[in-house]
Amino acid sequence: MRAPRVIRSAVRPKRLSRWTAAVPLALALAVGAAACGAAPTPAGPGSGSAPPAAGARTLTVFAAASLTGAFTELGRTFEAAHPGTTVRFNFGSSATLAQQIVQGAPADVFAAASPATMKTVTDASLAGEPAVFARNKLQIAVPAGNPAGIDELKDLADARVKVALCAAQVPCGAAAVKALDAAGLTVTPVTLEQDVKATLTKAALGEVDAALVYATDVLASGGKVRGIAFPEADEAINDYPVAALSGAPAGDLARRFVDLVLSQRGGDVLTRAGFEAP
Amino acid sequence: MSLRARLVVERPAFRLDADLDVAAGEVIALLGPNGAGKTTALRALAGLTPLTAGSIELDGRPVHTLPAERRPVGVVFQDYLLFPHLSALENVAFGPRCHGVPRAEARRTAAALLERVGLAGHASAKPRQLSGGQAQRVALARALAVRPRLLLLDEPLAALDAHTRLEIRSGLRRHLADFDGATVLVTHDPLDAMVLADRLVVIEGGAVVQRGTSAEVARRPRTDYVARLVGLNLYRGTADGPEARVGDVVFSVTQRLHGPVFVAFSPAAVALYRSRPDGSPRNLWRGRIDGIERYGDNIRVHLEGPITASADVTPAAVADLDLSPGQEIWAAVKAAETHAYPA
Amino acid sequence: MTTSPTPVRGRARGPEPAGVPGRPPWPLLVPALAGIAFLVLPLAGLLVRAPWSTLPQRLAEPQVLQALRLSLVTATVATGVCLLLGVPLAWLLARTDFPGRRLLRALITVPLVLPPVVGGVALLLVLGRRGLVGQWLESAFGISLPFTTAGVVVAEAFVAMPFLVISVEGALRAADPRFEEAAATLGASRWTVFRRVTLPLIAPGVLAGAVLCWARALGEFGATITFAGNFPGSTQTMPLAVYLALETDPEAAVVLSLVLLAVSVLILAGLRERWVNRVGG
Repeated sequence: MRAPRVIRSAVRPKRLSRWTAAVPLALALAVGAAACGAAPTPAGPGSGSAPPAAGARTLTVFAAASLTGAFTELGRTFEAAHPGTTVRFNFGSSATLAQQIVQGAPADVFAAASPATMKTVTDASLAGEPAVFARNKLQIAVPAGNPAGIDELKDLADARVKVALCAAQVPCGAAAVKALDAAGLTVTPVTLEQDVKATLTKAALGEVDAALVYATDVLASGGKVRGIAFPEADEAINDYPVAALSGAPAGDLARRFVDLVLSQRGGDVLTRAGFEAP
Repeated sequence: MSLRARLVVERPAFRLDADLDVAAGEVIALLGPNGAGKTTALRALAGLTPLTAGSIELDGRPVHTLPAERRPVGVVFQDYLLFPHLSALENVAFGPRCHGVPRAEARRTAAALLERVGLAGHASAKPRQLSGGQAQRVALARALAVRPRLLLLDEPLAALDAHTRLEIRSGLRRHLADFDGATVLVTHDPLDAMVLADRLVVIEGGAVVQRGTSAEVARRPRTDYVARLVGLNLYRGTADGPEARVGDVVFSVTQRLHGPVFVAFSPAAVALYRSRPDGSPRNLWRGRIDGIERYGDNIRVHLEGPITASADVTPAAVADLDLSPGQEIWAAVKAAETHAYPA
Repeated sequence: MTTSPTPVRGRARGPEPAGVPGRPPWPLLVPALAGIAFLVLPLAGLLVRAPWSTLPQRLAEPQVLQALRLSLVTATVATGVCLLLGVPLAWLLARTDFPGRRLLRALITVPLVLPPVVGGVALLLVLGRRGLVGQWLESAFGISLPFTTAGVVVAEAFVAMPFLVISVEGALRAADPRFEEAAATLGASRWTVFRRVTLPLIAPGVLAGAVLCWARALGEFGATITFAGNFPGSTQTMPLAVYLALETDPEAAVVLSLVLLAVSVLILAGLRERWVNRVGG
């Protein structure tokens, strides 16, 4: 039984150094789940970097995976405006990031894909007042060529159409349930994916005829799927809150980064990535 | 039933090329030092090692084209290789079952064979519960169960201790006598070969160097290996009537021969003297003692000099002559005990 | 060779570990204890954090039993598939020689090093609806593997098979091939040799491989969720349920993990007990 664990831990050595995240780690080892579930972690928190030298400072931002493109760009903007500052990102599932922060991960800023996950952090009194900086709307993603001829949301209720949704436990899944309820539709998906990227992949590979994902994901897919907007999406708009974390190692930088995200300039970057202004 | 084979097996740095003829009911022993090619020959006969060239005929039928499982050959391996997960009975019944014999009948055959080798009471024992001697007999029964026309035994007694060996050897001799096919036995033990086999075939370096009955081979060895095996001093020399010359030493011999000959005599026929004995200068040489060791009830003295020889003397003689290594000594051998035969 | 109870090659099996008696030297003992702590402490963490008071209600939820049952069934079927394909494959690697054998062996271990999610994507590219083989399977037979229980088995077998193949190949290499020769001289065809001699000889290795394989299949997550998706009742195995529970209800995730853990430990311990008794008796 041991070999798989060893291999998994080798895949993600950074996780091992975070003994403070004991519960998620134990779960990961016990069920072999974590190594592949969450989005990749390009710079794991506290992964052994040297303490910043005088003048050189590091800002650590935990952000929902759907923000990867927009925030990477904002990070570069921020670095250019604050010479000597390095912005490190930990992109992942909002729920996982919230857990990590609650377990003591040294983050400065948290940008979540849902108010619920942000609430986990504010309930633990670990963040200041969050502000909504972007909204994301669902779209129907269909594979290239739209083989099932999907035009609107009610087409998804056809039993012959294979549909992928996010699991209800993750924000995009909760949004999908809301939208379908609003439309009064019963859809039987073939799969309830663990995150929005996985849902999108199923559509991009043509394994399903349609998937409900965020408009930002459709845009990020670079044409592998086509997005179809539908009116019921307005009933399930996802708010993205951001907050500087209390006790942030780089407190002033954290506030300035939040300001950038909320600024006109930040809004432009987010809009280009498919988000809507709050 | 008979075996007629020419076995050629070539490997890097080794070549076996041996002829074998074995009559039905006859037992021949392949005798030779380690690495001589005995086991290779046996494996080639069994079909476990492919022939490079040559042929194997059993009763006039070529079998060398057949894979091992289709040859009418039974093999007793050196460490028996009884299947550890099967009982003695199942081991013996394995062959008949593979030949399509119904289960019940195969078990009856196996039970009868186990009884013949005196192991009826051990039918359900697993190999690890059997003693070495018992395992050897199960292996023999297993090989005989397929009614082979050629029986091969690879060092059948080598894995046994001295006491068991004595007992198993006589039992094996009896079973081989009952077997009506041809038997080839591989051994490096001359005693096993002489007790069990009708004829010996001596292999050295992949080639047959001597063949004959054990008496012939023992009396007239043709290589140093065989001579050592049968305990004789052996030399190559040149004969001219009643004399045979080996290097600088001249031997009187009973046989009248001319040309290249072997000269052989037993170490017991050699007598040692501190000073040159009187009489004929023949059969006499001066050597140096290279080593002294116990040999049965006697003492064996190794001599260097114009010829290398062993001499067996009594402990009393060693004391009388005050022998010690490095000492110069005279050695003589009686003409009546010196054999010469054509090389 | 003075006494000769067993000249036949065979490992002595007994309850006592072999070796020189005496106390274990500390350069071995200390890392070994650290190793135990490393492996056992996370489990202790699970036990400590488990919501024991609400445990009964949580376990009674139909989704839990459904996922558990699906996990056990798919892991067992996947192990069966691995045995069926993996043992012959191991035999080929251990007993025959052909060009490219080393390369093949290296390729077979790919699922070991491949992140399982990537394995799942690879499976989709081959067996998916638009995959190289899947396309044809669907048009010719109407078979579609993704999002089905069969798909779960495929994903688990893909990830777990190397464990079986490596273990069985090792057993084959360790087994004395001369037993097979002995069987051949008794008239056994190669198939009979394999069935009646080789397989019983390597049975412990096959069993060990099957256990590893089963355990790996049971914990499989990445390839399963990627290839087979996640739907309660048909493709949601325990690890998937655990992962999704983590998103909203970490306590539920702990409970699910404990269930998976307890069941697998029980089964493995039971199997080992029975197996040891059978071989030893």
